[in-house]
Amino acid sequence: MSGKRGAAEDVPGDDGFAEEGSADDGIGYDGGYDGGGYDDGEGLIEDAGGPWERRLHIVTGKGGTGKTTVAGALAVALATGGRRVLLTEVEGRQQIAQLFDTPPLPYQERKVASAPGGGEVFALAIDADEALLEYLEMFYNLRSAGRVLGRIGAVDFATTVAPGVRDVLLTGKVKEAVNRPDGTRPGGLAYDAVVLDAPPTGRIARFLGVTAEVAGLAKVGPIRAQADSVMAVLRPDRAAVHLVTLLEEMPVQETVDGVTELTAAGLPIGGVVINMARSPLLKVRESMQAHRGELDREEIAAGIKEAGVEPTRELVESLVWEAAQHADRVALETAQRAEVVALGRPVYELPLAADGVDVGTVYRFAELLRAQQMVG
Amino acid sequence: MSPAQDAPGTVRRLRPQPAGVPYFDVDEMLDTERIVVCCGSGGVGKTTTAAALALRAAERGRRVVVLTIDPARRLAQSLGLTTLDNTPREVAGIDLSAGGRLDAMMLDMKRTFDEIVLAHSSPERAQALLDNPFYQTLSSSFAGTQEYMAMEKLGQLDATDEWDLIVVDTPPTRSALDFLDAPTRLGTFLDGRLLRILLAPAKAGGRAYAKVLGAGIGMFTRVLTKVLGAQLLTDLSVFVAALETMFGGFRARADETYRLLGEQGTSFVVVAAPEAAALREASYFVDRLDADGMPLAGLVVNRTHHSDASTLTVERSLAAAENLDEHGEHPLAAAVLRIHAERARLAEREARLRERFTSAHPDTPLVEVEALAEDVHDLEGLREIGCALARVDRLEQTG
Repeated sequence: MSGKRGAAEDVPGDDGFAEEGSADDGIGYDGGYDGGGYDDGEGLIEDAGGPWERRLHIVTGKGGTGKTTVAGALAVALATGGRRVLLTEVEGRQQIAQLFDTPPLPYQERKVASAPGGGEVFALAIDADEALLEYLEMFYNLRSAGRVLGRIGAVDFATTVAPGVRDVLLTGKVKEAVNRPDGTRPGGLAYDAVVLDAPPTGRIARFLGVTAEVAGLAKVGPIRAQADSVMAVLRPDRAAVHLVTLLEEMPVQETVDGVTELTAAGLPIGGVVINMARSPLLKVRESMQAHRGELDREEIAAGIKEAGVEPTRELVESLVWEAAQHADRVALETAQRAEVVALGRPVYELPLAADGVDVGTVYRFAELLRAQQMVG
Repeated sequence: MSPAQDAPGTVRRLRPQPAGVPYFDVDEMLDTERIVVCCGSGGVGKTTTAAALALRAAERGRRVVVLTIDPARRLAQSLGLTTLDNTPREVAGIDLSAGGRLDAMMLDMKRTFDEIVLAHSSPERAQALLDNPFYQTLSSSFAGTQEYMAMEKLGQLDATDEWDLIVVDTPPTRSALDFLDAPTRLGTFLDGRLLRILLAPAKAGGRAYAKVLGAGIGMFTRVLTKVLGAQLLTDLSVFVAALETMFGGFRARADETYRLLGEQGTSFVVVAAPEAAALREASYFVDRLDADGMPLAGLVVNRTHHSDASTLTVERSLAAAENLDEHGEHPLAAAVLRIHAERARLAEREARLRERFTSAHPDTPLVEVEALAEDVHDLEGLREIGCALARVDRLEQTG
């Protein structure tokens, strides 16, 4: 662990490209960690910022904030320029397949998208039962025994019921993908980066903090060893947890709570991604007037008439009401944005996709994340 | 409340019910049912909907308790839920003139579980169980415990006969369907074959089970020991033995609460946001309720956007705005036209998503609730949502 401090001294200032070296060597955990403020004793990062050249990107967020969309966009952004990225999900909802408009994913890595510059995004829906069978086979050559266990409910027990074991299996599979060697590739690893579409903010610290949970139950044994090796991947120089939020009270509150919990658990926090942000379309003074319902109706009527639309009183009133809704929404978002910024984490912003999200949106968002230097 | 409502000449009309979609009579449900269960995927406004329904029922004269799981901080404060003590407390600031009242409580999962243990055993045995590490983890983090405890609490509240109506918010599970499965899953686990085999040394039947399955019990425990570690297995056996003698049949309890949900007097309300994923979950949920014979009252589509100026299309509105921009004239009108275009586009998409749902479920009553520009965190906001749910024009009602 002492090497880490040495690495931190190599930080080439705050030009935002501190991690270039580590991206090239494909390992990325001994090379230039950009935090500088990381302290082994407390597990804190003081001023880590983007771009996030990490082996593992964990994307969390409250339900409905679009974390799968952001995870998909981040995977494409990371793959851009010819890299190979694995996008994983662990909640059995087949959200990645829906996002990329592909048939449901089996427990098998499949290519779901290409990225500009020859990059590739593979996807995997991790299933705890399958991960357990794979694990039994890999370490104990016990696959057929595993099937017997399945019949009497032991697999269900171990993956669904035994507390923490399920999470250890899921994160264990992610860890395996992160570390998987491939001698044919530059860097020697199968994937240049892994993106995990993780459980929601309310559960993320517990999901990742498997060691503490499992340690209470399994003090020795392979599950314990597995938990410990997962924690090794969750080091701040190798992994980052990004939080997705909307500019609304509850998601922002959950984001604030999530940052607190992740910090307390010593887990590496990345950036905050604001999703579905509205662009303000009114000037400040107009917003105030709109809020009070006092927009200049005669001016609006004259304007739309000029543009060839018949300005009935009803239409103008409807437009004024809609403008008021817009102004109030923007005001709410401005207030909530201040709360997000106050967290002191790098903030990235994606706009509302009024037409809905499709594969095109994912590519557009990937470009926006790159333009905002979330990834290099 | 939206300030635009008070503006001179502005009347916020009720949103028209989509053509051909059955009307969800929320007031009828609130006036007659005994239990209303709100379910849906996370982040769709389930808790707010549950609170708004409960408040409306109380102000219509019923004695109501609302059981919430994880309310937003300010919403919790507005309901007086400042302490998490697992007991219903009366909510202040309610209009009591119709003779009703509103109590609210927040579920404390671990405490509810502890209470079951304490109620069903001697103090020493209860303490031994409460101290078991396996119990501690199960009671605070088992996926399904929260759902089970919500059902347990519902059963308890129902048994007191203190309220006319119980409104239940359901846990923010990864999938709405977990809510129906979880009680059975916990019951199955605690009452299942596997655990009986684990307890086999103490029982005659265990070995027979293992023979039937063609696997020696020795191999079986060896594998489990390998995977989980011997100590975990020992803790587990002790835990299950204690639990089993205490409860008799946990599954019977789970089945009992499940039956309560299917009874006359219970209504399920599915809550969704006008987004593809949330409506897909809602769709599955409606099917699942139907398959299980659970009474579905209707679907609430929350936070929708509509436009009263729908005759002005997105394309025409944008073209008009561009026209004005080109001539550098009337910037305010151009901005307002762009705002309208964005809203109309949202409204069109939401209508498409809703139609997808209604064509698959033409008989499911539905109500749409307009998105408020601001978050709801006081009783006034909840009243407004309540009116929208019941499709009552607020201005008409108060004025």
